[in-house]
Amino acid sequence: MSEIPAELRYRDSHEWVRVEDDVAVVGITDHAQDAMGDLVFVEMPEVGVVFAAGDEAGVVESVKAASDIYAPVSGEVIAINEALEDEPELVNNEPYAGGWLFKIKMADSGELKEMLTADQYQEQIDSE
Amino acid sequence: MGHRTPLYDAHLAAGAKMVDFGGWDMPIHYGSQLEEHHTVRQSAGMFDVSHMTVVDVAGNDSRAYLRHLLANDIDKVGEGRALYTCMLNERGGVVDDLIVYKGADQFRLVVNCATRDKDLDWMEGQAGGYAVDIRERPDLAMIAVQGPEARAILEQQLCDAAGKAVREMPFFGFETVGEWLIARTGYTGEDGAEIILPGGKAPELWQRLLDAGVRPIGLGARDTLRLEAGLNLYGNDMDDDITPWEANLGWTVALDDAERDFVGRRALERHKERDHPVMRGLVLQDKGVLRPHQTVHTHSENGEGKGETTSGTFSPTLGQAIALARLPAGTTGTVEVEIRNKRLVAQVVKPPFVKKGQSSYKPV
Repeated sequence: MSEIPAELRYRDSHEWVRVEDDVAVVGITDHAQDAMGDLVFVEMPEVGVVFAAGDEAGVVESVKAASDIYAPVSGEVIAINEALEDEPELVNNEPYAGGWLFKIKMADSGELKEMLTADQYQEQIDSE
Repeated sequence: MGHRTPLYDAHLAAGAKMVDFGGWDMPIHYGSQLEEHHTVRQSAGMFDVSHMTVVDVAGNDSRAYLRHLLANDIDKVGEGRALYTCMLNERGGVVDDLIVYKGADQFRLVVNCATRDKDLDWMEGQAGGYAVDIRERPDLAMIAVQGPEARAILEQQLCDAAGKAVREMPFFGFETVGEWLIARTGYTGEDGAEIILPGGKAPELWQRLLDAGVRPIGLGARDTLRLEAGLNLYGNDMDDDITPWEANLGWTVALDDAERDFVGRRALERHKERDHPVMRGLVLQDKGVLRPHQTVHTHSENGEGKGETTSGTFSPTLGQAIALARLPAGTTGTVEVEIRNKRLVAQVVKPPFVKKGQSSYKPV
């Protein structure tokens, strides 16, 4: 069973968001990292780039395959997790902590309501 | 539900993540593909390769038949030796690559699982006029034990006769002990052995090796290990439309005996004289991961050209991405690989990328 923290919000494309004031911290879920296997490379967005929700924001690559990451909410990228350049395995080992990917200054916090709760995300992966 | 090998339950018990592989339910990894890869490079690991197709060829004309069927010449090796070879079509394209074990009274071929039906049809189709008995052996399982410590562990864990065989056999040698065939072959670039045995005996050997500290290794690591070793994968690096010249397999084509008219020979001889692309290794200098079917931009004295990666992955041993790629002849130095609309720089090299656990590639 993969871990799905109750306090986070999710997208059906397997990103999670943790809200810190008007900033959304973004990562990929435990379920997603487990399905991908050992990650060896993360291609990050550049700080300052502005995304609309659903835009392609980066790519995570495991030994097996590459997988796109989508911006879960609209806004400007204000930070990326530079530790992942040398330690992409942090995404495998701590998907909800040290393995976060980037932070977005949210343009519209109302978008959070459209995201999945932990229970809804659990239902989605059960049905996959 | 796919086909299951006799070790299916053992894989589940070991926590394997199972995937469909050519119609078989096989373990892709048992937790971490990277750790499994390093285990084989550093100590010893074992693979269930029972999905591979084992075919015995016997009969009075078996030697003549195989000298007709195969591009390499089984007369080049003595009894008790294995030979790597391609089986070609009339156009010189590769029907499959395989290992043939030359026994006292018969030959044993191990061909790919994904090409099973095509191979068996082809072999039957080429047998006209030869007194041969071609028999698939689905009753057999196959376990590969690979890594620098593999043979020492096997020597202790197998019966005396088999243990002695493992200790003394030369590279690409094999011995038959009862119903078991034990060969010093593999697909990882490491020393080790492959054991073909009755399916019913496989779980016991697997458990015995597990107890002796040999870690199970999934097909994921099998792919990164073979690619580091510069070994081709059928379907990726060559297929029915690719000749051995274009797949780094010229060394497996035996043209010495002018009298030997093997399938594809005439097409191959014609093709050799023409300009054709060649297979080279690539080592990515930038960050990223090489994958199959990426476009490669080349420059040589003949001008700008294009090629394509055929296999690509992240090399756990080197910590860089590596690939096999089909490139215009004469490509040297560096090339640019297109990855998601960016062009990343890669060095052109001669594989293997890794030998005995160390970087071993040479710039071209």
